[in-house]
Amino acid sequence: MAPCIPALPTQYLRPQRYLSTLLATTCCLLLLACGNGENNVSTGLANQTLHWGNGAEPQELDPHIVTGVPEHHIIVGLLEGLVLKDPRTLEPTPGMAERWEISDDGKTYTFYLRDNARWSNGDPVTSEDFVWSWWRALQPALGNLYAYMYYPINNAEAYATGKLDDFSQVGVKALDARTLEVTLANPTPYFLQLLDHYSMFPVHRATIEQFGEPAERGTRWTRAGNFVGNGPFVLTQWDLNRLVMIEKSPTYYDADKVRLQAIRFYPTENTSTEERMFRAGQLHVTSTLPADKIAVYKETNPQALRISPYLGTYFYRFNTTVEHLADKRIRRALAMAINRQQIIDTVIKGGQTPAYTFTPPNTLGYTADAGFAEDIAAAKALLAEAGYPNGEGFPTTEILYNTSESHRKLAVAIQQMWKKNLNIDISLNNQDWKVYLDSEASGNFQISRGGWIGDYVDPNTFLDMWLTDGGNNRTGWQNAEYDQLISEAAPTAKEREQRYAHFRHAEAILIDAMPVIPIYTYNTIHLVHKHIKGMPSNILDYALYKQIYLSED
Amino acid sequence: MARFILMRLLQAIPVLLVVITVTFFLVRLAPGGPFSAEKAVPAEVLKALEARYQLDQPVIYQYFSYLGDLAHGDFGPSFKYPGRSVNEMIAAGLPATAELGLYAMCFALLIGASAGIIAALKPNSAQDYIPMSTAMLGICLPSFLLGPLLMLVFGVWLEWVPVSGWGDIPGDKILPALTLASGYTAYIARLSRGGMLEVMSQDYIRTARAKGLPEWKVVLKHGLRGGMIPVIAFIGPAFAGLLSGSFVVETIFQIPGLGRFYVQAAFNRDYTMIMGTTVLFATLIILFNLLADIVAVWLNPRLRDLYRSGGA
Repeated sequence: MAPCIPALPTQYLRPQRYLSTLLATTCCLLLLACGNGENNVSTGLANQTLHWGNGAEPQELDPHIVTGVPEHHIIVGLLEGLVLKDPRTLEPTPGMAERWEISDDGKTYTFYLRDNARWSNGDPVTSEDFVWSWWRALQPALGNLYAYMYYPINNAEAYATGKLDDFSQVGVKALDARTLEVTLANPTPYFLQLLDHYSMFPVHRATIEQFGEPAERGTRWTRAGNFVGNGPFVLTQWDLNRLVMIEKSPTYYDADKVRLQAIRFYPTENTSTEERMFRAGQLHVTSTLPADKIAVYKETNPQALRISPYLGTYFYRFNTTVEHLADKRIRRALAMAINRQQIIDTVIKGGQTPAYTFTPPNTLGYTADAGFAEDIAAAKALLAEAGYPNGEGFPTTEILYNTSESHRKLAVAIQQMWKKNLNIDISLNNQDWKVYLDSEASGNFQISRGGWIGDYVDPNTFLDMWLTDGGNNRTGWQNAEYDQLISEAAPTAKEREQRYAHFRHAEAILIDAMPVIPIYTYNTIHLVHKHIKGMPSNILDYALYKQIYLSED
Repeated sequence: MARFILMRLLQAIPVLLVVITVTFFLVRLAPGGPFSAEKAVPAEVLKALEARYQLDQPVIYQYFSYLGDLAHGDFGPSFKYPGRSVNEMIAAGLPATAELGLYAMCFALLIGASAGIIAALKPNSAQDYIPMSTAMLGICLPSFLLGPLLMLVFGVWLEWVPVSGWGDIPGDKILPALTLASGYTAYIARLSRGGMLEVMSQDYIRTARAKGLPEWKVVLKHGLRGGMIPVIAFIGPAFAGLLSGSFVVETIFQIPGLGRFYVQAAFNRDYTMIMGTTVLFATLIILFNLLADIVAVWLNPRLRDLYRSGGA
């Protein structure tokens, strides 16, 4: 590589001098290494600073633009909606609204805001703030992917999709500075559950207008120093790809009860590094844990390992427009010939729950009836009935998944099970994330891996995706009775039990037709340091920072 | 010499233009757009987003519009991070990458040159084989293996330095710099051994010895001058390599550098970010190679005279 140069001493070059400079630099660098034996965990205990492995750099901190979990973790510290949730029960508790009333027909909600609710600049939080914020969240120019969270509100969908121009016809009204009235299109029993989702948080109007147009994407209002919020913490530092720090807000109405002084979020994309950071005392909480480490922690440090059920389903999608996959007997046969427990125990190893329904069991009291069982003999019989006795002549079918070691392992296991149990050949195809999304959205697949995490605790978030032409359906499957149950019967049901009965009926139709194979119910897997108190686990993986503190006992 | 530099700079312009053009159309040819997401994107939202980033315009219009912005030094807004401009992200990431590269260079020169000199003093002895085979190991050991290994030993077990971070905790820059340096250290060790071996057999070294100078003085004062020339010539390309090749180390140690953005941008189909980082890296590589050539000319009196007499 280096050009061949005759060795000649030159008067310009005195490598000794360079070398001694280098030596000095390096020594200085090494001196810096001599830490004082303290780490983040020990200093965090002293000054109540939580060090949080957040998984990724937040895309933005504007609640009406972002969509991800890392963003959620930061935003819930900075902003607060009308209600909060009890992290133990997930039932709504007062937030910005100290109380609320629901009309008898279940369509009108009246929220009474607390009089000591303040923005971090001292301004009071008013019902007008909510009306303006929700107006902003529905502006198409903002590109809010979560606008559909507002759709239970009367006329919100029409306004967001441009069918209605007049916002005053949307069902949200400030009756006075501290009273907000929300009118729904249908009684929506999970409406309160939506309100602590960041997409429905209020934002500070004057701040946003100071930095640009209300519906302008990506203005500087979300930067540290500019951000004005109404949550228990304020944004004090945001270094790209390095750190987001939030510190306790003195203007928060419940500031007396907030014990954490600061939370530092690290964009820990590399999960192996994150695990090592935890071991070295640099983190209190990790965003996840590599699967191959789970067994190690079970053995050596089980108290740090926190595995709990998550409101999400891992599944395989069928493209029902593909000739042989249009036959429901084949889809059912494939679903029945997978040993889920074996996959969980030997492949993914995270203690997940095998799934036989699409909605995770016990979603706020809802559990669907199992629509099928693992039964190889019955699967073989179905396959034979569909014209492929002992798998003969079955077209080679492809499983598509996005490039990832865990998806690959699972696909290989299923490939082998189908070969062994049904004698059919499956090929595997992995694609880069964006290519995979593109293939799936354009129907260019046969069977593809999917995952769905509920937006709120209600069966609706799992079942409305299979409506005919639903944007997330992508299976080509449709059923008029199913559509009627989900979009007409369930929303108008008076009682929870009646509503759940409609969902159970719909889910039975879904599982019978099997456009998707449920495989397992997700778990969240975290490493949690023993100093952390007041952070119970729940199926939403929801943490209420104002209840968390650090303590040695 | 000035003419030589000017010529090379002018040659760089068409090279850059080709890089820009190819990258621009290639990223748009890749399946999957910047806004495709697991959750379906409603039509009206997609329309608004595409209008915001001019993706609703014909590609050729986008191309010239991009070139126009680029001429003003504007890399455009990031698609993935709505609140960030590419300029801002580069400004945030480049210092970390440059600092990392600089430290790695220091380590590589210090360790590599020392090992090479020691080896060259007694060729084909244990004193030669041990540092040189260690250097070989450094070339062979990829950073995605060496990095975690160093983390485990010095971060987790010995707890001397932090496992990751950048400027948060004292000493957190040492392991990434060492990891990045390893391959270059090995290469520099081999270069300096070769250079020293050649110099130490020259007549003037024999003269120095004959006039009774102590051996350390012969090596450090007379040997080093000539022996280090190949190493110095290597610094330019090495630095270009360190800057553009640091993404593995940045990912492992979670350093907020440019290399990490580069890789993420490709996965995210963040068109403007891919373009911005590609253009920047291409420019840096061209510049550092030019620098290396200038140094080579400057070090070599024969070439120097050639350019001085205008024979370029």
